[in-house]
Amino acid sequence: MSTPTRIRAMLKDGATELRMLFSHPMENGLRKDAEGRRIPAHFITEASVRRNGEVVLAADFGPSIATNPYLAFSIAGGAAGDEIVVSWRDNLGETRSDTIRVA
Amino acid sequence: MDSRRRDVLKAGGGLGIWSVLAAAGIVTPAQAQDARNVAAFEATTLDDALRALGAGNAAESGAIRIVAPDVAEDGRAVALSVTSDIPRTEQIVILIEENPYKVAASFRLSGAMAPSIQTRVKMARSTRVHALVKAEGRIFAARREVTVTVGGCGT
Repeated sequence: MSTPTRIRAMLKDGATELRMLFSHPMENGLRKDAEGRRIPAHFITEASVRRNGEVVLAADFGPSIATNPYLAFSIAGGAAGDEIVVSWRDNLGETRSDTIRVA
Repeated sequence: MDSRRRDVLKAGGGLGIWSVLAAAGIVTPAQAQDARNVAAFEATTLDDALRALGAGNAAESGAIRIVAPDVAEDGRAVALSVTSDIPRTEQIVILIEENPYKVAASFRLSGAMAPSIQTRVKMARSTRVHALVKAEGRIFAARREVTVTVGGCGT
């Protein structure tokens, strides 16, 4: 089972500031372990952020994004109670979706 | 940057619709994969990556700001932000020239999103960072050098 994405949303100056930390190894498939065996590629390929059902950001990732990917950005408008949904899919087909409400 | 993707987005009437549908289980992962510029993400040379992104002769732009440390102590996670002052920015792509896979991320922005994104990337060694911005069908580019003390993307 994957670990929840940590999501922070803050209303500020008429915008919603979003910060999120995905929990994922982001292995590029080229590294070797202590025994010299190749560590298989395992990284998030797609992520999306929705507000009240509408996509505000759609991202494609490669394995050059750091382990436990971090994103921060701002979206216009917003109100307390808005639903923010952060979803991802990785190269092995695993998916995860986490939801918060803007405080 | 990928005409097929633009068609998909137009057909879907929205941004990253395939990702959403896939996340909702409405389309299969194979269909969602169509939206990803696979050639760009699998490119292992900068030229191949830029070509796959349609950015071979992107215009240099001073309206793209890449904020990163001049010297990064730890190449495993280097904080980076890209901000575009180009009107109607619809896509931002970040490339790390010295990494095995050049394209770190491609962000498709809705109209609601401010054209600025912060993230953290790996850097195998000291490298040039490229940011591409797509706006109204045109692609613009900016570059910045980052010196890395301890690399973070090795084999």
